[in-house]
Amino acid sequence: MTFSANISLVLPELVLGVSALVLLVWGAFSKKTTPVFTGASVLALLAAAVLAAIGPHGHAFNGVYSADAAASYAKVAIFVFSALAVVLGDRWLAARGDQKFEFPVLVVLSAVGMGITASAGDLISLYIGVELQSLALYVLAAFRRDDAKASEAGLKYFVLGALSSGILLYGASLIYGFAGSTRFADIAAASHGAHGLGLLFGLIFVICGLAFKVSAAPFHMWTPDVYEGAPTPVVGFFAAAPKLAAMMMFARVLGDAFPDAVSQWRQVLIIAALLSVFVGAFAGLAQTNLKRLWAYSSIANVGYALLGVATGGEIGLHSMLVFMVLYMVDVTGFFACLQALSRDGKPMETIEDMAGLVKERPGIALAMTAFSLSALGLPPFSGFWAKFYVFKAAMGSGDVPLQWAAVLGLVGSVVAAFYYLRLIKAMWFDAPAGSVDKPQPTARAIGFAAALFSFPIVLAALVWLDPAAKAAAAAFGHL
Amino acid sequence: MALQAIAFYLLAFVTIAAGLLVVSAKNPVHSVLFLITAFFSAAGLFVLLGAEFLAMLLIVVYVGAVAVLFLFVVMMLDIDFEALRDGFAQYLPIGGLVGGVLTIEMIMVAVSVATNGAASKNATPLASPGGVSNTEAIGRVLYTDYIFFFQAAGLVLLVAMIGAIVLTLRHKPGVKRQDIGKQVARTPKTGMELVQIKPGEGISE
Repeated sequence: MTFSANISLVLPELVLGVSALVLLVWGAFSKKTTPVFTGASVLALLAAAVLAAIGPHGHAFNGVYSADAAASYAKVAIFVFSALAVVLGDRWLAARGDQKFEFPVLVVLSAVGMGITASAGDLISLYIGVELQSLALYVLAAFRRDDAKASEAGLKYFVLGALSSGILLYGASLIYGFAGSTRFADIAAASHGAHGLGLLFGLIFVICGLAFKVSAAPFHMWTPDVYEGAPTPVVGFFAAAPKLAAMMMFARVLGDAFPDAVSQWRQVLIIAALLSVFVGAFAGLAQTNLKRLWAYSSIANVGYALLGVATGGEIGLHSMLVFMVLYMVDVTGFFACLQALSRDGKPMETIEDMAGLVKERPGIALAMTAFSLSALGLPPFSGFWAKFYVFKAAMGSGDVPLQWAAVLGLVGSVVAAFYYLRLIKAMWFDAPAGSVDKPQPTARAIGFAAALFSFPIVLAALVWLDPAAKAAAAAFGHL
Repeated sequence: MALQAIAFYLLAFVTIAAGLLVVSAKNPVHSVLFLITAFFSAAGLFVLLGAEFLAMLLIVVYVGAVAVLFLFVVMMLDIDFEALRDGFAQYLPIGGLVGGVLTIEMIMVAVSVATNGAASKNATPLASPGGVSNTEAIGRVLYTDYIFFFQAAGLVLLVAMIGAIVLTLRHKPGVKRQDIGKQVARTPKTGMELVQIKPGEGISE
């Protein structure tokens, strides 16, 4: 393969990487964040999304980078949600007079990392992608460095993230040692038939490292603290694009490198998925801070997505890809609404703050009700369809432990219904706690758009989301 | 090759002993010094394997930069390391249990691999292709086959640099800095002011 053919395959990341460098120099010289600057970074992300969608498919650089339907699907979602995060974060920081030109640059660079992980075809590109993405996210978590809680969030995220990277790297080195190669295609060949004990040993470490990144129980401890301390729009970003990127890593490692060891890794994933669902459901009951509450909600939702991965094969990965995109819309919309709201200049972050919101801001209250009902999994909201796909895949797998896991997952979602309904009750039936400030228009608009997606638009969107995800899922395991 | 065997066992023993001393030394400065010893002996092991480039890299990067940086940090931070060790006995049982389980698992894996002969496939390092030294072999693939990794790793370092600047750089308004343009543009008119002073009144601010 010629060098230019390789370059044409990695064009989305290349465009983003070069624009990050240009933006960095531009920002360093102009020293201010103008709307043109933010617009340029959004434009770069959207251009990369278009390139990922229409770009050629193939394997670049001797198969270490695969541009296939799965990569296109994930990257379009990742880059679009990163662009939304740039807009939301810019508005939020501007409202606090804390705009820095590094914010869009860091989001763009983390998007490069997420793109690399989404099309990783080799353990080294997987690891470099993870590091690129996570390092930018650590900085974003602590972006308001004078805020003690944000610093705590950044430090906790950094230390635990570094530990998980170490575990991931240890597993990767074991796999390399036993398979004799870091490329997924060669690992798949080495694990074919009788899988060596050493390979599986390495795989377990890699799964643990990835579970940290995706915040699945029992590796979820950092999530509530980081979500509580980090700036609200950054949390909305954390819960959306990097989650999809991390689920893509699961799909890449398990679907591309270990497709034959499905019975071995399925049991590990079922345990992680069920633990996540129950930790998310039960620990969420005691939360009063909405950001912490939504952290536990995200842990539970990751559990459902892992159930889809555990099903394995085309159907399982298909359900996971649909689930993650629908979940990303919900969570981005919810945090956009949360960021739009303030009372006397202070952010509204607890359930008590939301009391009587419907009398003050009926539009936002309605949108947040839609997100809660969607996260609860009530039809006809998007969350219902997301869970429907996952449970249908798990029940149709014919694997008895997996079917029981799906049943237990449903029980978990009934438990979690309590805290979503508690939020709705506070908004609709409690007495207002005081007047709410005028909401931030951009964040409110994004919140409303996501709420509209969550109910009527989702029905139309599924018509093209479903075949796109199906094509993406079919791309795994063909190296 | 008796000499090689002696060198291997000596270096391997020093590496493991130094590694143990890193975690058990009371004085953190001593820990860092033992760490440097461990790096040096590991570099020696690389030379024995015929990977002289990696050996030199280990010394230049780890001993020359990382370990010396550690040393600076340890000496500059005023941390009571004795106080940090207070919980040692408290966490010993659970930590020992986890470590023990991991050790037993790894021994089992190693034994099963050794008996099944899976490791024998790659027991010896690959011969360098085309009779070139391994430094040259790395140089040939680093910017060709591995260009993607190389550039992506460069971006990781860039993010680390941006992160360090974002989180720590503060522009203090009160600091006086030299501005040569301003100095040159200074004229007697801007530099001084003539004031008529009436006797007995002094100069007002």
